[in-house]
Parts: sequence; C-alpha cells; structure tokens
Amino acid sequence: MAGAEKPMFAMDGNDVPFEPGQTILQAALAAGRYVPHLCFHPEFKPHGSCKLCTVKINGRTVASCTTLAKQGDEVESETPEIQDLRRNLVQFLFVEGNHFCPSCEKSGSCMLQAVAYDLGVMAEHFSPFFPSRPIDASHPDVLLDFNRCILCELCIRASAEVDGKNVFALSGRGAKKHLIVNAESGRLADTRLAVEDKAMDVCPVGVILRKRRGFQVPIGERKYDQHPIREVAVGKATARHASGKPSPQGPSKEGA
Amino acid sequence: MTAIDPAPVTRRPRVATAWLGGCSGCHMSFLDMDERLIELAGKIDLVYSPIADVKVFPADVDVTLVEGAVTNDENEHAARTIRRNSRFVVSFGDCATAGNVTAMRNRFTREELLQLAYVDLARGEIPTIPNDTTLAKLLVRARPLHEFVPVDAFLHGCPPSADEIWLAVSALVEGRKLELPAAYQRYG
Ligand code: SF4
Ligand code: SF4
Ligand code: FES
Repeated sequence: MAGAEKPMFAMDGNDVPFEPGQTILQAALAAGRYVPHLCFHPEFKPHGSCKLCTVKINGRTVASCTTLAKQGDEVESETPEIQDLRRNLVQFLFVEGNHFCPSCEKSGSCMLQAVAYDLGVMAEHFSPFFPSRPIDASHPDVLLDFNRCILCELCIRASAEVDGKNVFALSGRGAKKHLIVNAESGRLADTRLAVEDKAMDVCPVGVILRKRRGFQVPIGERKYDQHPIREVAVGKATARHASGKPSPQGPSKEGA
Repeated sequence: MTAIDPAPVTRRPRVATAWLGGCSGCHMSFLDMDERLIELAGKIDLVYSPIADVKVFPADVDVTLVEGAVTNDENEHAARTIRRNSRFVVSFGDCATAGNVTAMRNRFTREELLQLAYVDLARGEIPTIPNDTTLAKLLVRARPLHEFVPVDAFLHGCPPSADEIWLAVSALVEGRKLELPAAYQRYG
C-alpha cells in the first residue's frame, strides 16, 4: 500500500485492516474473516439485537456489528468460549420458535440453519417451547409463517426505511415478544405489502415467503447447500446455486 | 462427541434399532444401505429391531439407533429401557433429535387431536376415539429423545441418508469416534 498505512486490529491473532468508521464485523467480513451474525444486513444500520456476532475485545464482550474498530484492539472471535456462547444463542432461537426444517421452504438458504451447521449445533439442547403461532395466508401473493421468526427486525426496518409502508412491527415483551402485521385486522392482506418490496427479500429465515414458488429450487441445490455460510458471507463463494435459476426468495442479499 | 470403548473382542458387537414416534422413514433409509447390509450382518449381531421381530429389548447392547420422538407413554418406557440396556444411544434422524414431524401436533391439545383424527375427519363408520386401556397414551407433547434420557450422538436428516448411517454404524461398531463430514450435518 502506497502512503499511509491502514489502521489495523488483531482478530484471533490475525491482522485485520479497517477504514475509520467501520465496525469490527464490517472490517472482518471485508478482510475475508467470517464472524457469525444474523440481524446484521450490509444495507441496513446495524441493529445489535441477536448478539451472535459477539466478540471479546481486550477482555470485554461486545457485539461486533455495533462496535467501531479501533487501532490496536485485540479481538477474540473463534475461541471455544465465544463459540459456545454463540451455539447457545442459536439453540435458544431454535427452541423459542417452531423450526421444522424438512418442510420449510427456506431450508438450504436459511441463515439460522446455516449458522447452526457452521457452529456444529448437534441438537437444540434446551427444552423446546413449541409455541402456538398461526400462519397468515391472507395475502394473495405472500405467506407469513411466524413459527420461524427470530425477531431480527430486518423486515420491519426494510418496510419502514426502504418501502415506506411500515407493514411489520414487534409487540409484547421478553419471551412474549412477537412479530405482528400493522393493520387493524392484523392480516397481511389488509396492508400495502407488494412482492416487489424490499421487506420481501431480507428475512434471514423462512417467515416471509412468496406463494406458488415452493421448491422451485430443489433441496440440496440451494445457497448454503452449495457453499458453507462462512464462505458465502465473505464473498468467497458466489451465492448462486448450480442451476443458475433465481432463488425462490428473489435476489436475496442476505449474508452478502 | 464421545467415543465408546471398543466392543469386547470376545464377541461381536450387539446392535439394536428402535422405532418410537417416527414414520419409519429412518428405518427405510437404514434398509437403503442395500448390499452393505450384508457386510454389516457379517460384523454385528442385530439383537433388536423392527426388522428383527424380537419382542423384548435385550440387555447388554453396544449401540442402539433410536428413530422417532417420544410421543406416548410406551415410547417413554422404551426410551428408558433402551438407555438402561445400551452403552451408546444414538438419536437417529430429525424426529428423535428435535421432535420434527411428530412434534407438529404439539400446538393442539391431545383432546383436540383425537377429536380431529377419529371424529371430525372420520368417514363412513361410527366415529369413536379409541380408548382401550392397552393402547399407548399420548403424552401432552411429543419431545426429542434427549429430553427423556441422555443421548450420546445425533444423526440428522429426515431421514439421514444411507451413506451417513453406514459411516456412523461402521464407526460405532468398530469403537471409533463418530465424526461425520460436515456435509452430513443437514437438518431435513
Ligand atoms: S427457518 Fe431455517 S431453521 Fe427454521 S425451519 Fe426454516 S430452514 Fe429450518
Ligand atoms: S420475519 Fe424474518 S425479517 Fe422479520 S423479524 Fe422475523 S426473522 Fe426477522
Ligand atoms: S449481528 Fe450483531 S447483534 Fe446481530
């Protein structure tokens, strides 16, 4: 590099260069170092809610998606301690919802599932809640399966900030927190959601689905069936499946 | 993943497979090992299995593969017997591992479920909810095997592929550590 050296921090003993203003997560991904994450999306302001991107900086645990990189930081990411913590967070997300992967249209292109594979989650470990969360099939083109929501708020952010429609919101607190549809009837059919909306393409899991597109891409040929998430997320693998057909969820940017 | 002690050299490994609350798809996949079953039969004694017609789960089993969630009192009893009598217990497939299809009934009460299945959807006969005392009783919820007994290893898939089962069983009966390639870790 000519002229001024880029500032650097160390992650698990490797130098990671960064631009001033970049977060640890952004700099790591740009440098080809994967840090597990779920609620982060490159096109949106970091949200810092899932905590999967947690790292230890100089002995303190922080969310790497909301923490600015600083020259000389010593960042621990893939230590047994942090990986155990991430594994637990993923297990919590599984047991809080109803995740029946074999019948889920998102299976194979789901970030939660892919992150679980990456972390080697062998079983849910904790007692599943088996909550009752009826689906909303009222919209002519869109199916909402709330059973799989991980409350990352990406659809809420996309609908409000990009689409200007405020179709989604969260309601309730703590373990009762859940996604709702912003309409007096509570039904998706009574909102202005359209299939072209940004909110259609940001869900990391299988909640917001286009109707009549199921299994267009066969199981086994989907994004993370082809390449592990730690390669897709840092751009080492093109997020295209073998057949070259568009993904059933539209041109997804997740993990890009 | 825990390794088992190698099976005693004095006899062939005693292997069992059990079918709890599952659709038997995992066992179909087991049969999909095809000609490798012949090789396996040369190495092990299959001491209990839905394909072996043995009525009582035997003692002193080395490895047991358990298909299905625990969904009724009979499953629960079987799970405890299997654990007591087996050195290494494997959750065999997604229902044993996570509840999966069997647990999809969990959003209904047992009463709703029986009413739906045997009365509301019944056709052509006098609708009756079976209530013979010898029948297994549904638990309030179908749950993964490890919620009832400690489990030593998990095989994913709905069902796990024949290749995966072959690798796992081969390793376990030879007393090797069960380490499958990452490509086999697939839910569904
Ligand atoms: S959303 Fe992901 S983890 Fe949940 S059922 Fe679908 S594929 Fe599985
Ligand atoms: S529906 Fe999807 S995008 Fe929206 S909060 Fe739930 S998981 Fe996130
Ligand atoms: S990705 Fe950082 S908290 Fe979710």
